[in-house]
Parts: sequence; structure tokens; C-alpha cells
Amino acid sequence: MRSNIFMKDRVAIVGAGITTFMRRALETPRELAWEAAKMALDSAGLTLSDIDCVVIGSAPDTFDGMHLKGEYLGDGSGAINKPMTRVYVGGGTGVFVPESAYWHVASGVCKKVLVVAEEKMSPAHPHPQYVFKYIWDPIIERPLGPNLLWIFAMEMRRYMAKCGAKKEDIALVSVKNKRNALDHPAALTAANITVDDVLKSETLVWPVNLLDVSPVTDGAAALIMTSENVAREITDSPVWVDGIGFTLENQHWYNRELAFPRYLNYAARMAYKMAGIERPWKEIDVAEPYDPFDYKELHHIEGLMLARPCEAWKLVREGYFDRNGELPTSPSGGLLGVGNPIAAAGLMKVAELFWQLRYEAGKRQVKKPVHKAVANAWGDLMQAGTVIVLSN
Amino acid sequence: MSSKINKLPGIKLKEKEMYSLIGLVEDMPQAKYDFAAGTTISKFLEGLKEGKILGRKCPKCGRIFVPPRSYCEWCHVATNEWIEVPQTGEIHTAVITYISTKREKIERPEVVGTIKLDVPGYRDGEYEFAGLFHKICVDPQDVISGKAIGMKVKVRWKPKEERKGNILDIECFEPL
Repeated sequence: MRSNIFMKDRVAIVGAGITTFMRRALETPRELAWEAAKMALDSAGLTLSDIDCVVIGSAPDTFDGMHLKGEYLGDGSGAINKPMTRVYVGGGTGVFVPESAYWHVASGVCKKVLVVAEEKMSPAHPHPQYVFKYIWDPIIERPLGPNLLWIFAMEMRRYMAKCGAKKEDIALVSVKNKRNALDHPAALTAANITVDDVLKSETLVWPVNLLDVSPVTDGAAALIMTSENVAREITDSPVWVDGIGFTLENQHWYNRELAFPRYLNYAARMAYKMAGIERPWKEIDVAEPYDPFDYKELHHIEGLMLARPCEAWKLVREGYFDRNGELPTSPSGGLLGVGNPIAAAGLMKVAELFWQLRYEAGKRQVKKPVHKAVANAWGDLMQAGTVIVLSN
Repeated sequence: MSSKINKLPGIKLKEKEMYSLIGLVEDMPQAKYDFAAGTTISKFLEGLKEGKILGRKCPKCGRIFVPPRSYCEWCHVATNEWIEVPQTGEIHTAVITYISTKREKIERPEVVGTIKLDVPGYRDGEYEFAGLFHKICVDPQDVISGKAIGMKVKVRWKPKEERKGNILDIECFEPL
């Protein structure tokens, strides 16, 4: 993959904000966006008048029940009379928002960008799950009565068959992430649980049980991203965006191998190349792989080349990915522990790396020294891969 | 939220609280959609009605697409040949569903998955293959034990008079 990108400015992250992640929030979506945006501005010592451009990310409009959600979220996100972009690649959106902000700054078009991601899933009822019906092909898929969990279960089953992993090996990821989330003040589903708890929770679509899955969540997150010169005026400890990657896989998911996430691997190679990283498994110090399901973290660790294909599940057993392990993954607690307000969850992961690289993560700070970090998100029918590489 | 900030914004509601909120408005979209199947899938569905699985071949790379497409997504050229493909294949992945589209518990769990069909034009072990997503009539225990993965299967058709030219004309894939 050749990335033909000529950058005018180096890009930094200088501030971050987040709301509590909740099953049901009283706040409207735009109020959630406002809270996160305000916190991010405050953390960078900026006000809205300093901001040149706004980038908004939100996943399917159907969750909030509002169409044109970018425009709807505009006022809370501080976008009035400013250049505003809304990006959307399903679950991949959370990492795609700072990627979009990156090219706003790297191109020289904007110097200071406010980056906001929001999702409110609670309005859809009896269960937001039903909304996912509309991502399936109406002619050859919907008549079968699919549920979104089917496709994850199919992918997990294929991974297990191809790689020899058992449900109890995969459940360790849920145990780890929910435990990590105990130290995250925004967390919705933080808990000390055991592998047995996961295996005994309700079977939804075998092999997926309730505790293998991240929860339905409301919440928002935000970042401030600026050019290098601006960043150096604002802070002594900017976090640099070294590389971005984003690719789209074929929508005909039933026509391809599901054990290895090629959709992510191509995006990761693009981001690493831009960042000058040749051996990610050695050079990356901390990672936030996208974990809406426990197997998905393993899948993504392999797609990000932090472990060889089919080996992540063995390493998780050895504690390799624990907060005090060799290569901590999801030290935040991830989507499994902190929660999954779709676009905001991906951005929460990037915010976590920002705090980790500034040694500001408090109890969540990983034990080893950190210099380089990677986060990813994934979206649609195993399609959109988004990757961001950061350094301090 | 660096370590300095402990209290985050956000007011949590319990389920009961949410549904008794002042100003709560309930709304439901009343839009109804009729989807045209398109130029190639229409013909594919006609084939199902006649008990055939039809694929479409790319003149450039030779791949045969099932379900068929009017263009090759890799070469970006028009496909130009209809090929009737074998009704056999192997199970790529299979799962047991206990919930409906609306996430309600269903009484009889169902097995669904993807089938890699025995279609020529692909290299052995290639990432892509011709195949279908459908119901699979196997014992759920075989899905759990792993016996089902890689199992040889064939199409079980609905009786001819019940076929309507839609994807459900295939009842399921069953062991050979």
C-alpha cells in the first residue's frame, strides 16, 4: 500500500474530554456532545473562539433517531459558522474522526480542530438491536431474519475453528477489559468477573454469550487537534499523530475468509508506513484494539500485527496484554468495560492513548514506559478499518 | 479526563425513570420500502425458482461470482457469462442463534452460517470464494463440537410449488 500524502503540517492532540458512559442518559445527544467538547477545550486551555474547524463523528442516524445527525449535533459541538465535516463509517467512525481531523490540519486548511464523537443508543426500543436489521442486504440477507450478533458469532466461530481457540480462552479478554475499566470514571460495565461468569451468561448466538459483548451505551468524547506550532504554544506535552490508515473491504462478507481481518490489516500497514514503523509487535508500547466483542480484540491484535495470526489468544492467557504486561491492550477497559456508544467509544480509545502517552491516566497508567501507541476501530459488515498511530 | 478530573458529566437514568420522563415523545417511522433486486440478482432468484444456482463470470480474472454481480469488483469490468454452479460445498462457519432480529428469545434455536460452494475459478485457500449465507440443517451439537466446520453440504430445496423466486427457495444447506 502506497500512501501518497504530502503533509504541510505535523499534527498533534492537545486536549481531550469525555462524558460518563451510560445505558440511558437524560441529556440529549447535542448536550452530550457539548459536555465532551467543553471538557476537551478546557483541558487544552482554549475557548471556542480559538477553534477553526469542527469534525463530528456519529454512527447510524437510526440510533439517536435523528437524520442528518452532523447538522443536529452542530451547535453542541461548537460548529456554528465554522467549516464542519461529519464522517461516518459505522463502528469505524470513532477512529475515523481524528483521522479526518488529521487531514484538516496536515493539509494546512485548519490549525485548530475540535473533534467530537457522540452516540445515543437508548432511544431505540424495545431494543436498539433491531435497528441493525437495516444494514443487511434487503434481497438476499434480510429474508433470513438476521440479527447483527449472527455475523460476529460467525466470525468468532471461524476464528475458533481456524486458530484452535476455545470460548474460555476468548472470555479472558472480557475478564481483562472489564477489570481494567474499574479504574475508568466513565465506565458502564466495569466488573471483577471470571471466565466462568462469561461462559454461564445468557447464550445469545452460540458461541457469543451476553458477557462476550459490549453494552448498549449513551455517551460522547472529544479531542482538540492542532498544527505543530500551535501545539507547542499550548502544551509542553503534545501527543503526535504519526500515522493514519483507513481502507474499505468488500461488502460481500459471505464470499471471504472470516478468520483474519484483512479490512484492518491493510489500514494498519498504511498507518505504520506513514509512522515509519516496521516491526509493530516490537515498536508499539500500548494499544487500544477495538473490542466490541472479546474475540474481536484478539482478531484486531492480529490484524494490527501486534501478534502473529492465530496467536493472540495464547498470549492473552500468559497475561501478555495485561496493564502490567509486555504489550498492554485496552488499558482503558475498552468497549467491553467502559461501554460502547459507537462513535464515542472509538474516540474514547484514542483519548485513552492520549492520556497514556502523557502519563495522565492515573490508576490506568500502564507499567512500562510508553512512546508509541496504536488504536483501531472497525465498521459495517466486516468492512471499514481505521487505524491511528500516536507518539509522545 | 486526566487523573485530575474525577467527576464526569452525564445523568444516568434507570429504565423506569426514562419511560416516565416529562416530555418523553414516542415516535415510529412509518416508511415502507420496496426493493428492486437489480439486473443480476433478479435472474439469480429466477434460477432458484427452477432449482438452479447461477453465477456470473468475469472475463478478465475468471472468477465466478455467487451471488452473481453485473460487474467484477476486482477488475471493474462487466461480467459477461452466466454459469450454473454445483449445489454442493463446505461449511465455512456456522453458529446457533437463540434470538430473533428483535433480540427476543426464539423457541427453537436455528443454525446459520456461510457456505463455500464448489465453484471453479478460485485458487486453493484464496481469501475470496463463491458462496452463500443461509440456514444450515445440521445438529447444533456439531456446531459446538466443531464437526460442522468444513462439513460437506448440499442445497435442500423447498418443494417446487412453494418456490417464489426469493432466497428462501433454498430451505437450507444439509449434510451430503
